[in-house]
Amino acid sequence: MEAGSEPVPAHSSRAPAWLLGLAPLALLAVAIAAIAALGAPGLGERNGVPVEELAVERTTLRPGEIALTVRNDGPDPVAVEQVSVNDAYFPFTGGGEIGRLGSRTLSVSYPWVEGEAYEIFLLTSTGATIEATIDAAAESPAVDAGFIGLMALLGIYVGVIPVAIGMLWLPLVRRAGPGLVRGLLAFTVGLLAFLGADALLEGLEIAAAGPQAFGGAALVLLGASGSYLLMAWIEAAMRDRRRRARTAGAGGMHLALLIAVGIGLHNLGEGLLIGSAYAAGALALGAFLVVGFAIHNTTEGLAIVAPLSRTRASPGRLAGLGLVAGAPAVLGAWIGASLFDPSLVSLLFGAGIGAIVQVVVQIWPALRPAAGSRLDGTAFAGLLGGVAAMYATGLLIGA
Amino acid sequence: MAIPTSQRHDPDGLRGPDEPPAGTGKRVFSRRRLLAGGALASFSLPALHELVPHEGLHGGDGDALAAGGHRGHATATGGHEHAAFAGGAGVDHAANGFDPSAMLRDFDWGKTRRLPGGRVLREWEIHARDREIEVAPGVHYAAWTYNGRVPGPTLRCREGERLRIRFVNASTHPHTMHFHGVHSSFMDGVPGIGEGTGGGEIEPGGSFDYEFDAEPFGMHLYHCHVAPLAAHIAKGLYGAFIIDPARGRPEADELVMVMNAFDTNFDFSNEVYAVNTVGFHYQHHPIAVHRDELVRIYLANLVEYDPINSFHLHGNFFHHYPTGTSLEPAELTDIVVQGQAQRCILELRFPKPGRYMFHAHKTEFAELGWTGFFEVG
Repeated sequence: MEAGSEPVPAHSSRAPAWLLGLAPLALLAVAIAAIAALGAPGLGERNGVPVEELAVERTTLRPGEIALTVRNDGPDPVAVEQVSVNDAYFPFTGGGEIGRLGSRTLSVSYPWVEGEAYEIFLLTSTGATIEATIDAAAESPAVDAGFIGLMALLGIYVGVIPVAIGMLWLPLVRRAGPGLVRGLLAFTVGLLAFLGADALLEGLEIAAAGPQAFGGAALVLLGASGSYLLMAWIEAAMRDRRRRARTAGAGGMHLALLIAVGIGLHNLGEGLLIGSAYAAGALALGAFLVVGFAIHNTTEGLAIVAPLSRTRASPGRLAGLGLVAGAPAVLGAWIGASLFDPSLVSLLFGAGIGAIVQVVVQIWPALRPAAGSRLDGTAFAGLLGGVAAMYATGLLIGA
Repeated sequence: MAIPTSQRHDPDGLRGPDEPPAGTGKRVFSRRRLLAGGALASFSLPALHELVPHEGLHGGDGDALAAGGHRGHATATGGHEHAAFAGGAGVDHAANGFDPSAMLRDFDWGKTRRLPGGRVLREWEIHARDREIEVAPGVHYAAWTYNGRVPGPTLRCREGERLRIRFVNASTHPHTMHFHGVHSSFMDGVPGIGEGTGGGEIEPGGSFDYEFDAEPFGMHLYHCHVAPLAAHIAKGLYGAFIIDPARGRPEADELVMVMNAFDTNFDFSNEVYAVNTVGFHYQHHPIAVHRDELVRIYLANLVEYDPINSFHLHGNFFHHYPTGTSLEPAELTDIVVQGQAQRCILELRFPKPGRYMFHAHKTEFAELGWTGFFEVG
């Protein structure tokens, strides 16, 4: 760098800003076109054998039929030509070439037997094989009115009702002194931390099993950061409006809503898992499961009302909070049971995590006994209690 | 595939005795199209093929399969009668350069001339070539071939003749022709032996004349013997080598069946099993034979990576001549089990008309392609 170099004067050019932004992109396009036109190495015909990759996104079983929804998550087109089930070829429909990121449903005519395991090989045009497994065959539910109703009921059982019951702790919360309220908020944070960690593990597991072309595990992190930023933005906007309106005292309701949204996103994920497990026949629908989820999710209701100790809240608003937190379980059950897509589910799990982290960041200052002081025994006890309560009630579910 | 065989279920016992095999799709049949560029087209095949009446087999039956393969009794778990490929019989035989239906009766007798002293010299020319073949509808395999086909041409001669096989390696890999028979070590087609006299391993572009006497009579084989041996065999370098007894065998409708398989994903286990290369071919194109006529099957097992294979016939028994080296049958049975390179001759007559299944009674192979039918008219 020369000592005498002069700084470039601002606005040295009269060109509009949009042109300055587009110029490098246009140059890039010209360069690529030139390389292609000259037949330079690195473009055109690929070297080596094609890479054939398919991910099985969904398996649907109907009497005499196994349907696999596959997605091409490799770099090259894949054509499934034959399908063998437990070492026997059976006719199928839906074969043919699948382009990159494309998806297809292969329907195999096969007399499967309930409860048995199946190993399926998809034989491609080059003779490569892609394996899919069914651990225990069970008929997939048909998506009809009865099914939609059942999934809604399931979502209400595990989401809406427990949260609503948990919110009935509100009178207790109102009567509590400041120390106990702080303890309850800490309990809420511990609970949310547990849910966040749980969603992270589940999300990563689902992402790993699904196609990688859309990002795989990165989708969980993408969903988390996206929802965190979105929640933070909304939160900032709400705070601005509140400041302008000078409605002091609405902070509790605002925090309760954020918690409800975070828990709602979590329950969406829980619904997805319940719905897809039910569709796969892997869910033992029984009183035990429903009771387990009810106890587990009742604590979530407490988390929502914890910030409302000094805030007035109409029954309608409370009901709204409960629905925000609980109703997504219904939506999740519908999606999970009918169009389970690993990439979408990974993203949604990530969104749940981001929302939870944002809520924890919001609550955290309120755990301190006084502004700027350190956390005390009440806060630590509450945090540990929240984690322990979720862990213990989680044991009841076993799904 | 090395997965244990699973049982098929027919829970309601509804499977009819004469149900056509499952399978749909258009048929491609080009029986006259033989080896593309093969120097030694067979003379016996088209004639024999035309001699055997098979009206309704090539045309009508295929259509019937397409239309009615699934008709009737859908059971609680579906109505398919047999394992089968998707796309039915949709292998492009013309592109392959060979048709398993034609291959059955395609015997390559070579060219003969008299040597001084009156003895017959029988000569062939065999080219090793790399060639992609379709082993199941839509599934292609980069095969190594003798004269462009898998299995290679069925070389046939008579006991006591002098044989000369000119081998030209037009492949991109070294190969040999190793014959099962009685011959000198330098005619054995084994790398490391015979290079001094131009034999041993034959490099791409090279050639060699294998020369020996036809003995003993029976059903024999030839195959490549270059390392890695399993790969060179599995990729398709093998064929049947039949030496007739000096006094011949009784007149019969003669069929060559080479049981083979293809490891299409290179995991040292096979994905597609067949007789004469194309899986389920004879299920979709049953072999037409005459009632009460003597049928002679030259059977060999060339399946690599699996220890055994077998041949089982429905509704009938056959005389079994192991290796075909005796004129007396060893047994009357309906199943023979063979290790790799084991072979035999089977003789039988079909007393009743109808469609009779034959398949590997290693049933895993049967449902991975090794199943067919005889149509007795």
